[in-house]
Amino acid sequence: MAAGNFEKYKSDGSLAGNALEWVDARFPATSLWKGHLSEYYAPKNFNFWYFFGSLALLVLVIQIVTGIFLVMHYKPDAALNANGVPVAFASVEYIMRDVPGGWLIRYMHSTGASAFFIVVYLHMFRGLLYGSYRKPRELTWLFGVGIFLCLMGEAFFGYLLPWGQMSFWGAQVIVNLFGAIPLIGNDLSLIIRGDFVVGDATLNRFFSFHVIAFPLVLLGLVAAHVLALHETGSNNPDGVEIKALKDEHGIPLDGIPFHPYYTVKDIVGVVVFLMAFSAVMFFAPEGGGYFLEYNNFFPADPLKTPPHIAPVWYFTPYYSVLRAMVWNFFGLEAKFWGVVGMGASVVIFAFLPWLDRSPVKSIRYRGPIYKTLLSLFVVCFVVLGYLGTQPPSPLYQLLSQICTVYYFAFFLAMPWWSRMDKFKPVPERVTK
Amino acid sequence: MSKQGKMDCGRRRLIVATAAVGGAGAVVALVPFVSSLLPSERAKAAGAPVEVDISKLEPGQMMTVEWRGKPVWIINRTKPMLETLPKLADAVVDPKSEKTSQQPAYAQNDTRSIKPEIMVAVGICTHLGCSPSQKFKSGAEEGMGGDWLGGFLCPCHGSTFDFAGRVFKGKPAPTNLEVPPHFYMSDSRILIGEDKKGA
Repeated sequence: MAAGNFEKYKSDGSLAGNALEWVDARFPATSLWKGHLSEYYAPKNFNFWYFFGSLALLVLVIQIVTGIFLVMHYKPDAALNANGVPVAFASVEYIMRDVPGGWLIRYMHSTGASAFFIVVYLHMFRGLLYGSYRKPRELTWLFGVGIFLCLMGEAFFGYLLPWGQMSFWGAQVIVNLFGAIPLIGNDLSLIIRGDFVVGDATLNRFFSFHVIAFPLVLLGLVAAHVLALHETGSNNPDGVEIKALKDEHGIPLDGIPFHPYYTVKDIVGVVVFLMAFSAVMFFAPEGGGYFLEYNNFFPADPLKTPPHIAPVWYFTPYYSVLRAMVWNFFGLEAKFWGVVGMGASVVIFAFLPWLDRSPVKSIRYRGPIYKTLLSLFVVCFVVLGYLGTQPPSPLYQLLSQICTVYYFAFFLAMPWWSRMDKFKPVPERVTK
Repeated sequence: MSKQGKMDCGRRRLIVATAAVGGAGAVVALVPFVSSLLPSERAKAAGAPVEVDISKLEPGQMMTVEWRGKPVWIINRTKPMLETLPKLADAVVDPKSEKTSQQPAYAQNDTRSIKPEIMVAVGICTHLGCSPSQKFKSGAEEGMGGDWLGGFLCPCHGSTFDFAGRVFKGKPAPTNLEVPPHFYMSDSRILIGEDKKGA
């Protein structure tokens, strides 16, 4: 089914037909169209959870387009202007107040950032529900984890740009995290900051990473993610391989062409999504202080940390893991282990294809063990996320430690518990 | 072309050598890019010492000045504040300031200062670089525990420090707050960022 095995387009003699034949002889236009859309056969039983892949693509487009227009007015400059306000901070206010339509473009971009993570988290959860990461889709999953990491980098770099109090102190904390790595840590944070403190050098390089380097890598990874998916074909809520049973033309019995069936279905998802997106954008663009934090409406002050700082909501689960580590192990500081825990809690997703040993893919045919443990995992993830937004306290620390232990146990013990479950027989064909 | 089944070793050596030279060139090409990420000459040259007048600093008060982009605190400690220090010797990680990187030799003493009452410290938490807030009142009045004797609380990850910038045990920050190089130019003027000449 890979692109390239399709016959070249033969003209019907019309002008348009001749033009397409000319192009197709020089560029794989027909192959790309058929291989990825009109003759890419997707399982016919996609449900609600399968909207989030195309929605993620939509948000990516929103972010790139709004980003292009924001860069036309934004200035990455930490110097103070004549009014004593940092130029970068003032340029964001300028976009919000003086640029026609600027406020809307900016809110699209800031709401888009949170929407991106909501959509991607749901997209990843779909993978956990139906075992989408299992053989033969391991590489699709790995590219996906790469996209997730890239997205976190994008969000982190982008958050510094408004040069508010949360921008500054958030970057200060995260860059100092790297300083906890033994031997090379301090030099590494120096290289990231480009100065001995977070300052103008840091702002400029984060701007460069945010608008050039990471988007380029992100687009490459998205292309690889989709290409790898189209090589193996999509998984489905039953976790059966539709390619196992084909008709006389080699078309999977349970497959339907992605275009027009799923392109049209996805439009429904897009419309519903854009309704929710617009509601937030127009009526609650700050997302109750979770999408845009109130402290970030104050310009960066390197002399004063706000009384309570917390990352944006999509980073808080990992931030809680960081704070949960308060013990020194093997002669290394707790701070180092916090960083290790935080990094591991993200990267561990990459190992899922090899940690999961269950004989079936989909939760539909898995037993009570998986259902219970996965539900508990979701609870832990949400609790960690909530705790990460709260100021530290002894009770919350203990709670975050319990959730952190469960978080890692869920993954690390998976090779054992995923085999022990009670499984139901998997049907040959997809159901419903 | 080599004949079937026979490898042309000379040609293969050439391929390996070409790839090696090309690879080495690519690595060397990284040098200017990586070095451009390091602090610029201008950034390195910044950081002149800062002169501070402390004549108006009342006992129990604290002032903050900027030195190398960081907050530096000057605290005029009262007698009751100083009396808390010996009581906390068992509660803090490094009571005798034995970690020499955190203060100059002239501040490696019970009060971590040149003059007992005047504390000079970089107000940056040694955990992840937030600036701790003042919690000068003892007891639970400012949201601390009932046995709190006064000091600083880092809002980011909850590290606590006493009036000498010594970190309490069981907190994420590993070391005491840094005491910057400084000296008294006169009774009420401090120069932060330099040791006394000839001292």
